[in-house]
Amino acid sequence: MTFLLTLLIVLFVAVAIRQLVKIYDLAQTNTSSTQVADDSDNKLNGNLMLGFLAFIYIFTIVCIVKWGDLPLLSHAASEHGPQIDNLMIISLVIIFIVQTITQFLLHFFAFKYRGEKGRKALFFADNNTLEAIWTIIPVIVLAGLIIYGLFTWTSIMNVNEDEDPLVIELYAQQFNWKARYAGDDNTLGLANVRLIDIDRANILGLDESDPYAQDDIITTELHLPKGRPILFKMRSQDVLHSAYMPHFRAQMNCVPGMITQFSFTPTVTTDEMRQTDIIKEKVDKINKIRTEKSEALVAKGEQPLDPYQFDYLLLCNKICGKSHYNMQMKIVVETEEEFNAWIKEQKTFKNSLN
Amino acid sequence: MSAHADTHAHDDHGHHHKETFVTKYIFSQDHKMISKQYLITGTIMGIIGVMMSLLFRIQIAWPEQPNLLFEALLGKWAPDGVMDADIYLALVTIHGTIMVFFVLTAGLSGTFSNLLIPLQIGARDMASGFLNMVSYWLFFLSSVIMVISLFVQAGPAAAGWTIYPPLSALELAQGGSGLGMTLWLVSMAIFIASSLLGSLNYIVTVLNLRTKGMSMTRLPLTIWAFFITAVIGVISFPVLLSAALLLIMDRSFGTSFFLSDIFIQGEVLHYQGGSPVLFEHLFWFLGHPEVYIVLLPALGITSEVIATNSRKPIFGYRAMVASILAIAFLSTIVWGHHMFVSGMNPFLGSVFTFTTLLIAIPSAVKAFNYITTIWKGNLQMNPAMLFSIGLVSTFITGGLTGIILGDSALDINVHDTYFVIAHFHLVMGISALYGMFAGIYHWYPKMFGRMLNKKLGYIHFWVTAICAYGVFFPMHFIGMAGLPRRYYTNSNFPLFDQVADVNEVITIFALIGGAFQLVFIYNFFSSMFYGKKAEQNPWKSNTLEWTAPVKHMHGNWPGEIPHVYRWAYDYSKPGHDDDFVPQNVPLKEGEEELQH
Repeated sequence: MTFLLTLLIVLFVAVAIRQLVKIYDLAQTNTSSTQVADDSDNKLNGNLMLGFLAFIYIFTIVCIVKWGDLPLLSHAASEHGPQIDNLMIISLVIIFIVQTITQFLLHFFAFKYRGEKGRKALFFADNNTLEAIWTIIPVIVLAGLIIYGLFTWTSIMNVNEDEDPLVIELYAQQFNWKARYAGDDNTLGLANVRLIDIDRANILGLDESDPYAQDDIITTELHLPKGRPILFKMRSQDVLHSAYMPHFRAQMNCVPGMITQFSFTPTVTTDEMRQTDIIKEKVDKINKIRTEKSEALVAKGEQPLDPYQFDYLLLCNKICGKSHYNMQMKIVVETEEEFNAWIKEQKTFKNSLN
Repeated sequence: MSAHADTHAHDDHGHHHKETFVTKYIFSQDHKMISKQYLITGTIMGIIGVMMSLLFRIQIAWPEQPNLLFEALLGKWAPDGVMDADIYLALVTIHGTIMVFFVLTAGLSGTFSNLLIPLQIGARDMASGFLNMVSYWLFFLSSVIMVISLFVQAGPAAAGWTIYPPLSALELAQGGSGLGMTLWLVSMAIFIASSLLGSLNYIVTVLNLRTKGMSMTRLPLTIWAFFITAVIGVISFPVLLSAALLLIMDRSFGTSFFLSDIFIQGEVLHYQGGSPVLFEHLFWFLGHPEVYIVLLPALGITSEVIATNSRKPIFGYRAMVASILAIAFLSTIVWGHHMFVSGMNPFLGSVFTFTTLLIAIPSAVKAFNYITTIWKGNLQMNPAMLFSIGLVSTFITGGLTGIILGDSALDINVHDTYFVIAHFHLVMGISALYGMFAGIYHWYPKMFGRMLNKKLGYIHFWVTAICAYGVFFPMHFIGMAGLPRRYYTNSNFPLFDQVADVNEVITIFALIGGAFQLVFIYNFFSSMFYGKKAEQNPWKSNTLEWTAPVKHMHGNWPGEIPHVYRWAYDYSKPGHDDDFVPQNVPLKEGEEELQH
C-alpha cells in the first residue's frame, strides 16, 4: 500500500514538473527555445558559478568551526602519534591551499569568461613552459611528502626487539576481542584454532603442552603500562577483523591463518587523559547531547542513557558481519605499578583450564 | 589502414534488408542502439543503487527508528519498520557493486564508447557488431541476476563490495554469504565477460577502422580515453575473474585458496594453507585500475565538452594524452595502497606509497589543463558544460585527499573510516557521475534526435552540485574523528555522539539531492517524445559525429565517410569566420595544422 502511494506521489511530482515547465515556456514569448544556452543563460550560470565558489568557501568554514575540533589531530596517546599528526597537518595545509586556489581559478574563470554573442575566444592550444610548471611543482611537493611519509612509515612499522617490548596478542572473533598477555617469560605460547577446546575453556586454542603457554593470561579488557613499548600480535579465528585504536594512531588487520603485528608505546594514562582540558570539554559536550537524548527517552518511558566517561577504545574496522558495529574492547593505560598489580590478579592459562 | 574503411563491405549493407522490431530494438547489432540499451539499463540500475544509498543514509542519521519506507521496501528485513543490521550491510554492499560496476563501468563506458567510437573516428559500426550485441546481453543478464539476488531468502551478498573472504566465503559467518553471494559471483563473472567483449571491440575498432586522415594524434580526447580505458579493462578484469572463480572453488568445492585455520560457530573448518591477503591482492589488482576505468571516460567526455563549450582548443592535447597514458600505466602498480594495514610486508607499503603519490602528477596536469582551457574562453553554459566544470571541481576536491590516503603512515589512522568514503565518492563517484551526466546532456541530440530541456538541466545541476558537496564534504570530518565505515549504528559509542548531527545533515542533503534526480529522469524520458527537435550540430562542434544525419541509419553516413584533415579542436582559430572548424573541412590554402 505504502509502495503504491509512493509511486503515486512520484507520478504526481512528475506531472507537476511537466506542467510547470509548460507554463514557464509559454510565459517566455520571445525566447528562441532551441535549448542551447544563450547570453542570458550564460550570465545566470556564470553568476551562479561565483555563488557556488562562495558556497564552497562558506561551507568549508562552517564545517571547520562546527566540527573542526578533530579528535584525531591532537592528543595522540602514543609515542609515534605526534609524528603522524604532524604529517597529517602538513598534508592538510597543503591540500587546503591548493583547494582554495584551484577552486577559485576554476569558478572565477567560469564566471569571468561566460559567453557573449560576438566575442571570440583566445586560440591558445599549447604552452610547454606552463605544462612544465605544473608538472614540476607537484613533483617537488610530492617528493617532499613522499620522503617525509616514508620515513614516518618505516619508523612506525619497524619493531625494535632490543627495547624488550611487552608482547600481547589481540585475538579477534565474531564479535568480540580478547587479549593474551605472554606472562613472566614474555613469550606467547603456541596456538592454533584447531586446538580450541570449549569444554576445557581453552578458547584461544593454546597448545597445552607448550611450556611458554602455561603462564599466558587471557583477558577481555586491554591494560597497557605507560611508557613501555608494546608489541601486538594479531590473530583472528573466523573472518577478517581490523584492530583499530584511533587514540594511539594504530591499526592492523587480523587475518585468519596468519599472525600480523603492530607496535607502539602508550604515553598518556587514561586518568591523565581524562584530566586534560580538551578531553574534559569534549566529554561535557557529549554529555550535554546525551542528557538531551535521555530526556526525550524518559519522556517516551524508556531508559535514560548512561553518562559518558572518557576511555580509550579498540574498535573493529573491517566489515565482519552482523554485529560489526558493536565489536569493541576497552583499553586502560596505567602506570607500570598499577599494571603489575592488575596483571597479578588475572588467572594464568594453566589455572584457567577446566 | 584507415582507407579501407571506405570500401568496407559495410558500405551499402543495411540499406536493403528489412528490419523487424526484434532486430532493431532488441537484438540490435547497431552500435547506436546498443549504446541506448546500455544507457537505459545503466539508468535503471542507477536508480536502484541510489535508492539503496538513501535507505541506509536514513538508518545512519536516525538509527533504529521505525520508518514507513523501510517497512514498504524491505519487508521482512525491517520488522516493525526498523532496519535489520544484516540488510544494512547488504544495502551497502549492493549499492557499491551496482554503482561501481553496473552504472559507472557498463553504464558509462558501454554507452559512450559504443555511441562515440564509430561516430567520432568515422567508422560504419563497431568492428564486430555481433560481439557488441553479445556484450550488451551478457551485461543485461548479469544485471538481472544481480537484481534477483536481492530477493533470495537468506538475503543478498553483504560482505561489502570488496567481498573479502572468509566473510564472503562462509555461510556460517553471514547469511548473505550463502545463495546471495553465489548469485553475486555468477553475476560478476558474466559481467566481466561482457566487459571484456566490449573492451576488445573498442580496441580493435579504434586501431583499425579510423577514417582517412584520422591519425592517432588527431583523435578526439574522448576516443583516447575510451581506448585506454578498454586497454586497462582487458588487463585487469581477468584478474578479478580469476579471484571470483577461485572464491567459487573455495565456497563450493572445498579448496583453500583464500582460507586457513578457521573456527566458527563451534566447529573447526578443514581449510588450511590459503590466505585472504591473496584475495585482496587479486581484488585490488582490478579494484584500483577500476577507479580509472570509471574515471577516464568521464574525463574524456569532459575534455570534449569543455573545449566545445569554451569555444577554445583543449589546452595541451599532447600533455592530456600523455597523462592518460601515465595514469593508465601507474594505475596497474598502485593497488597495494588499499592494503597498507592488511598485514603485508611494510616494505611493500613503502613501494606502493611511492607509486600512488606519483599518480597525483598526471592528475594535476589534467586539472590545470582544464582550467587553462576555460581561461579566456567564450563559455557557453549548456548543462553539459556545467557538469563538466562540476567534474573538474569534485575531481580536485576528492583527488587532493588522495594525498593523505595514499600516504601509508597517514592511512594507518584513516583507513576504512568515513574519510575514505568522502574521498572516493568525490573523486570517482561524483566525478564519474557528472561525466556521465555531461555526456548525456551533450550527446542526447545525437542519441535521440531531440534536445533535453536546458532549464531542467540547470535545476538538476545546481541542486545536485550543492547536495553532493553537502553530503561528502562533512564526511571528511567524521572520518578524521575516527568513525569506521559500514557501522549499522554508532549509538554503541558515546564517543561518536558528537558526529550524530553531522550524519543528519548529510542525510538531509542526500535526500534532497536524490529527490532532484527525478527532474533529470523526467527530462530524460519526456524529452524523448516531446523534446525540441535537434539540429544536426546543435553545439557547433568539430567532431565527426555531428556530420552524420540526425536520423539514425545503419552505417552512420549516407554515401562516403567524411575524410579528416585536422584535429578536433580548431575552435576560434584565427583566419576563420566561424568559431569552429569541423574535422572534415580541408585546410585552407596557406593554413597550417598545429603540430601536436
